[in-house]
Amino acid sequence: MESILNLISEHREMIYFVLLSVFVGIEVIGGVPTVLHTPLMSGANAIHGVVIVGAIYVMLNVDPTDYLALALGFLAVLLGTLNVVGGFVVTDRMLEMFKKK
Amino acid sequence: MKSALLELSYLIGSVTFIVGLKMMGNPKSARKGNLLGAAGMTLAILGTIFLFEKKTEDGAVVADHVVPGIIYALIFGAILLGTIVGWLTAKKVQMTKMPELVSMFNGMGGACAALIGLMEYEHNLHHTGALATIIAGMVIGTVSFSGSIIAYLKLNGTMKQPIRLPQYNVINTIVMAGVVLFGAWVVMTAPSMTFLYLLFAVAIVYGILFTVPIGGADMPVVISLLNSFTGLAAAFGGFLYDNKIMLTGGILVGSAGTLLTLVMCKAMNRPLSNVIFGAFGGGDAAAGSSSVSGSIKDINVSDTAVLMNYSKKVVIVPGYGLAVAQAQHVIHELETILEERGVEVKYAIHPVAGRMPGHMNVLLAESNVSYDKLVEMEDINPEFSSTDVVLVVGANDVVNPAAHNDPSSPIYGMPILDVENASHIIVNKRSMNAGYAGIENELFFNPKTSMLFGDAKAVLTKLVAEIKSL
Repeated sequence: MESILNLISEHREMIYFVLLSVFVGIEVIGGVPTVLHTPLMSGANAIHGVVIVGAIYVMLNVDPTDYLALALGFLAVLLGTLNVVGGFVVTDRMLEMFKKK
Repeated sequence: MKSALLELSYLIGSVTFIVGLKMMGNPKSARKGNLLGAAGMTLAILGTIFLFEKKTEDGAVVADHVVPGIIYALIFGAILLGTIVGWLTAKKVQMTKMPELVSMFNGMGGACAALIGLMEYEHNLHHTGALATIIAGMVIGTVSFSGSIIAYLKLNGTMKQPIRLPQYNVINTIVMAGVVLFGAWVVMTAPSMTFLYLLFAVAIVYGILFTVPIGGADMPVVISLLNSFTGLAAAFGGFLYDNKIMLTGGILVGSAGTLLTLVMCKAMNRPLSNVIFGAFGGGDAAAGSSSVSGSIKDINVSDTAVLMNYSKKVVIVPGYGLAVAQAQHVIHELETILEERGVEVKYAIHPVAGRMPGHMNVLLAESNVSYDKLVEMEDINPEFSSTDVVLVVGANDVVNPAAHNDPSSPIYGMPILDVENASHIIVNKRSMNAGYAGIENELFFNPKTSMLFGDAKAVLTKLVAEIKSL
């Protein structure tokens, strides 16, 4: 019990951060008209591509003689880029159509 | 200095994500919102590369550390390749194929998170906390990856029927428990890499088992759910590196995606558990609405042309069949010519028309149908009683009256378009096959209904020509 309490107080800021982010996510989506659900899902899909930041960070720390790690890192950055670029571009294409009336 | 600038770029990036997502909730600002998010992402990526500082185990900055050129070359190579391929794929894809593309991109993000886990594992064998976040991120990312690939295959038609092993719910639950226990064991004992790869493999299998039994009609819900999984996996990466933008982006998508999933389920009037653990065609649901019988009535193209030409008001109900037949441009032609003849034309859009909520709006917008002609379900339903002709093209379950009056039907309770109230109902279908939910539709046996069989595009093209000649 005490260890759990300690854990909570140690990571107090992080817990606040997570809780508030969860509410922001819910707040941001709430009340969106159905017509925009698909683009919104696609836009959110692009945003979780932020995982690429982690991939780049790992890659920058890789030992350049570790070829397996270099290959995996390259693949991770590549996949992350696909997620980010493809996600934003396809969302833009969808939204472009809503613009012209 | 560098690290303060990096933190600043992450802060700005996080704000653009939140504001961008909020702006995407309004049709007017949506496009700018998306671009804002993209700008924030670019800033964060550039910051991560150019403001990098090597740190020791206890967080101190290693002075004068130079990252080898090969690493920069690989990073820029991967980004360049990914940008070209991602850009071209997204630009070239047909709008009807867009849901599966979103699913594919989601899978890429999940795989990226999984690879980070595979690479970080051996560096963190002595930190149980870090190991827990690595394993959690890796497992969730992997499930999202393999699940998204299956969703992709299902949506593009490669994998048509849901595959259900006997007792698949029991098997899936056991495999899931296995993954969780195995993961916990890895965190506790920090075994060799072999076991990590084994865990990776089991997670891939679970992602497949999780998605395979779910029917194609429910795929949007699954994609949305897997989308929030990937968000969660990114957030675990944020925990690991104490990286605020991965945390904000990941949690934002995790919570927004979960809510969006629930909203979609609500539009279909089905609880999420029902989607995941299977209802359509499985067990008791299959017994529903077996008693539909009666005769159906055919109508040919020229009679349809006459009927529509002399109507006052026509409502078109587009479904996914319209999109599959690529008939969204012809339907706009039909609308234009009828309007020229003084007929009032509207489109009735069911919330789940197409393959995702809002998908039909995107498709019709693509063929220049004016935005204000697309009427949502709540607004169009009272209008059907004053409608002369309803033309149902490639839609089925969203106009099935069983949702109102057959409690044993799997779609009972789902809000539908009340097309029965119109004077004439014309249904265009390729054949008498049941809809995606696999159930009969008594609307087709209604005395007011006439069936116009044939491929939507071919039939509508003929119909337009007929009306022109009148």
